[in-house]
Amino acid sequence: MAASRLARFAGRRRGGSGAPLHWTDIAAYAYLALGCILMFGPVLWLVLSSFKTQGALLEFPPSLLPLAQVEVTVPGQPQPLPLFRVTLPDGSVRELAQLRRVGLVAQMVDPKDPSQQFRVALDKREPVRKMAFATENYTEPLERFAFLRFLGNSVFVTVVATLITLLINSMAAYALSVYEFRGKNAALLAVIGTLMIPITIILVPVYLVVTELGLVNSLWAVILPGAATPTGVFLLRQYMLTLPRDLIEAARMDKASEWQIYWRIVMPLTLPALAVLAIFSIMWRWNEFLWPLAVLTKTEVYTLQIGLNAFQGELQTQWHYLLAMTVVTLLPVALVFVFLQRCITTGIGSTGMK
Amino acid sequence: MKRFGVPLLFALMAGSAICSPVHAQTTLRMAWYSDGNEGEVLADLLKRFEEQNKDIKVILDQVPYKAINENLPVQLASGQGPDMARVVDLGGISRYTLDLTPYLKDTGYWNQNFGPFLQWMRPADDSKSIPGFMTQLTVTGPFVNKTLFEQAGVAMPGVRATWEDWAKATKDVAAKVQAPFPIALDRSGHRFYAVALAEGAKIFGADGQPVVVDEGFKRAAQMIYGWHKSGVMSKELWGSVSGTAYRGANEEFKNAQVVMYLSGSWQTSQFDKTVGNAFDWVAVPNPCGPGGCTSMPGGAGLVAIKSTKYPKEVARVMDYLASEPVLSEFYSRTLFVPGHLGLAKKGVDYPSASPQAKAALKVFSTQASEVAPLAFALQGYVNSRIIFNAVISRLGQAISGETTLDEAYKRITADVDQQMAERAKK
Amino acid sequence: MTELPSVAVQEGGGLRRQALAATGQVIGRSVGRLVGFAMGLVDRPMKAIQRAIGAKRMPYVFLLPNFVFFGLFVFLPIAINVVFSVTGGTALFPSQRPFAGLDQYAYLFDCGSFLDPNSCREDHFWRGVANTAKFVVFQVTAMVLLSLLTAVILNMKIRGRGFFRAVYFFPVLLSPVVVALIWKWILQRDGLLNAAITTFGGQKILFFVDPGWAMFWAVFVSIWAHMGLYTLILLAGLQAIPSDLYEAAQMDATPRWRVFRRITLPLLWPNMIVVIVLSLIKGVQTFDEVFVLTGGGPGTATLMVVQYIYETAFSNQVQNFGLAAAASVVLGIVLFVLTLLQLAVTRQKER
Repeated sequence: MAASRLARFAGRRRGGSGAPLHWTDIAAYAYLALGCILMFGPVLWLVLSSFKTQGALLEFPPSLLPLAQVEVTVPGQPQPLPLFRVTLPDGSVRELAQLRRVGLVAQMVDPKDPSQQFRVALDKREPVRKMAFATENYTEPLERFAFLRFLGNSVFVTVVATLITLLINSMAAYALSVYEFRGKNAALLAVIGTLMIPITIILVPVYLVVTELGLVNSLWAVILPGAATPTGVFLLRQYMLTLPRDLIEAARMDKASEWQIYWRIVMPLTLPALAVLAIFSIMWRWNEFLWPLAVLTKTEVYTLQIGLNAFQGELQTQWHYLLAMTVVTLLPVALVFVFLQRCITTGIGSTGMK
Repeated sequence: MKRFGVPLLFALMAGSAICSPVHAQTTLRMAWYSDGNEGEVLADLLKRFEEQNKDIKVILDQVPYKAINENLPVQLASGQGPDMARVVDLGGISRYTLDLTPYLKDTGYWNQNFGPFLQWMRPADDSKSIPGFMTQLTVTGPFVNKTLFEQAGVAMPGVRATWEDWAKATKDVAAKVQAPFPIALDRSGHRFYAVALAEGAKIFGADGQPVVVDEGFKRAAQMIYGWHKSGVMSKELWGSVSGTAYRGANEEFKNAQVVMYLSGSWQTSQFDKTVGNAFDWVAVPNPCGPGGCTSMPGGAGLVAIKSTKYPKEVARVMDYLASEPVLSEFYSRTLFVPGHLGLAKKGVDYPSASPQAKAALKVFSTQASEVAPLAFALQGYVNSRIIFNAVISRLGQAISGETTLDEAYKRITADVDQQMAERAKK
Repeated sequence: MTELPSVAVQEGGGLRRQALAATGQVIGRSVGRLVGFAMGLVDRPMKAIQRAIGAKRMPYVFLLPNFVFFGLFVFLPIAINVVFSVTGGTALFPSQRPFAGLDQYAYLFDCGSFLDPNSCREDHFWRGVANTAKFVVFQVTAMVLLSLLTAVILNMKIRGRGFFRAVYFFPVLLSPVVVALIWKWILQRDGLLNAAITTFGGQKILFFVDPGWAMFWAVFVSIWAHMGLYTLILLAGLQAIPSDLYEAAQMDATPRWRVFRRITLPLLWPNMIVVIVLSLIKGVQTFDEVFVLTGGGPGTATLMVVQYIYETAFSNQVQNFGLAAAASVVLGIVLFVLTLLQLAVTRQKER
């Protein structure tokens, strides 16, 4: 049943007939609508939460929007007082300001008529709230931290590392897909064999190597170790294997050098796969945390992720700052995404990844 | 091209930062983590220091606690450490610390005011060196939601009440006001030992070697295990994460879902901010048991690192920061319990704290002066964190239902033995 | 960020969107030109090298940079790790560490029965292995099926296709830590989901106290975060299938299901391999995402093997590099064999 539905979807192509909506279309729209809520809702909620005060952030039930209690100035009171909606014993509901709370009873006053005072049980009052954005979550850390420096470092690491990765991985993939040579199988085995090894489990030895190379506290210590990814070589090689060989042969006839074949023929054809690898690399580099934390100890070379996690202490985390700064680190990738959205989503699509 | 120029510009900035010109100034680096506003306060104090000492510049490298706990030891072992660092594992770092004795202005002042805490920072065979001072002394202690007690109409247990008394009272309260957590206990070795010491855990055998699982320990473990079964405690703290991960109940306490929260002095400033006027909370002295009523002390110290090239300058910074007026300002602005005996005796003034926070800090300061010698020794023991970690990890498994309590005991002993043996291999 | 949907929404029109797209193209073109210029400079020396060593040996030149990095930062560390694994103590430099023979391995494999982690001395390692295996099986299966379904739907003729593609892709951009944090806030006792459940009259569910729920959400969140990319890869494959194949099938009135099985799936297979391999790799390496979400709990129900290795080497007070290295060597060998097996199987299917 489900299978046949799937098949119907699969059979439908873009530019099909303008037939009336079939039930599968409705099901598809329902699926997509659900997807919107599931995929986008959490991110939206993160953004809204980042504008909440430290106290409001921990509240249950959580409010969707950042709210703050309304405060009013009452004549005769030095400080503004919090406003509550109170159900009085006679059943009437009034908005009263709270003078003080003693145990289970609050002493309240009518802001319009300060001479009128009430004693109200705690469960008879409810705070009056309005929307309020705690922008200090953003401004305070931005003032205190060398944010621009961190941003610069992160951008540098991401851009340079991605370019290096794309270049050397594609060169290796080109050699492993187009040529036959001695040691090819050994090289292939080396790539495939290390495919699944995460850097996390060889962190200490890599740290030793980086120390010996004198790279500690330089951004190159973050860039270089992950530049040659087996995943990248594998991905690109898989793709290059599908390229037509006669193109390469024709170029050789035209006396193109091997480098020119790689650069002018193979690379342009491999763009979709390169795009996938680029996304992988950018996301990984931008968000990398454990490794930079190990090799970067000086503020001047911190990346955004280190700077932002400095709000995590031993016993407490300053969530309000952490969330706000998280949103800030999301902005650049979101912007890149908005700009390159077409290239990413349709670019890969239109050329086809075989 | 114009737009591409922006990242390029940043790249150049980053590059130029690495090769900035060298001044005649000595630059010192301090690795620092923050739970609250202490990084900010310290930066202020350092700025003042630099104004008075134009030849020294101190760069404050603010890092996540994770970096101090996990990466700093590796960096120190490879000789890549900072000149000073704020650390928690005082015993573990002690082999990398610098003895400031030859460089300090007045070692008498240091010994007199930091004496008992210096022992925590020294290697096992050393009773003289001065590696640093406590930026913060912490003591464990319960926070109680007084309003919930009032709502339930239950009387709060008195000063020398036992853990059992509290368990009964809080369960009563929780049932009446429908709070899900009668008692919450941070998932941490320190907090467990606040209970275990009260129940009479002895920790060390006659030869000074640890005997972790003894009668008192079992009594405490059994009690906490039982509380999870009977609903006095919820599995969410001890039963929900693995290994040595820390879990607190700040959020639950803030939302008035916890009747009694055993945590410690460091929470005061946060509760002051987040709870506000929503309910009345008080800090009470540690509950008692057959082993007494002691708190478990702890805290973070700022220590000088042996590999520094500028020991004299480091000592000048340390001298300044540890001086009474400066340290007093630091404690008072951060709402920390003083780790300075002179200040502790005089009492630190906390102008930014609300009355209930002030009251709580007073309770904790008193507790700090009454810490039992065994608790003090445990905190100073080089392998204390091995014990803490084994306890959290294994007790957590038992509470989550993965293993039995007896298995947990066996594994705690085995874990401690194995790690100590590994550490002893040279 | 909240502006994203409005920018990405309609496929047609919108000056602002055009302007954005144009800027994107400008950036793309200038980067391209810059890189192209740099590469042009390489042309000459490369030609000279080719003349010197001959075209036959050129592949070595292409392999060289990648393998220099491989050697320095992958092979050498793996070798050092093997050395670590036969030593003990807490010293950082291998030369200062006492030789321990196969002690660390013996310790790891000290088990009453390999089927029961509880009987092992180092039970956490074995629990980690078992949890990772469970996680990978569920995660990869669900990931492939869901990405396929989503790709097929996104390939239909629907309104706002560009927008929906963006929506599904967006979580790919988030860091694992952020992803886990967001969902932790949603799933905890006082989180958004429980607030919703109680509004509809239900009871709060403590997701992170129940091993089944914890594993479910670990898998769910990981799929949520990575599905977009795999969907995109499959979508690309679907679009590359020539439409005349379908038209022919339509003329023959072939049942839809058979069309899907006979035409769509086989032609999509190369992309499926990429998706399967990539998601497997990612699955095995999973660490921070799940760790931040569940902390490996309850008990050790979602403790992954990579987390075990990391914690053994770093988080414990005694940083036991030897034991961690031994565990990583064991893991490495297992993964190596599994990778080869998997490639062999997928190859066979390809034929």
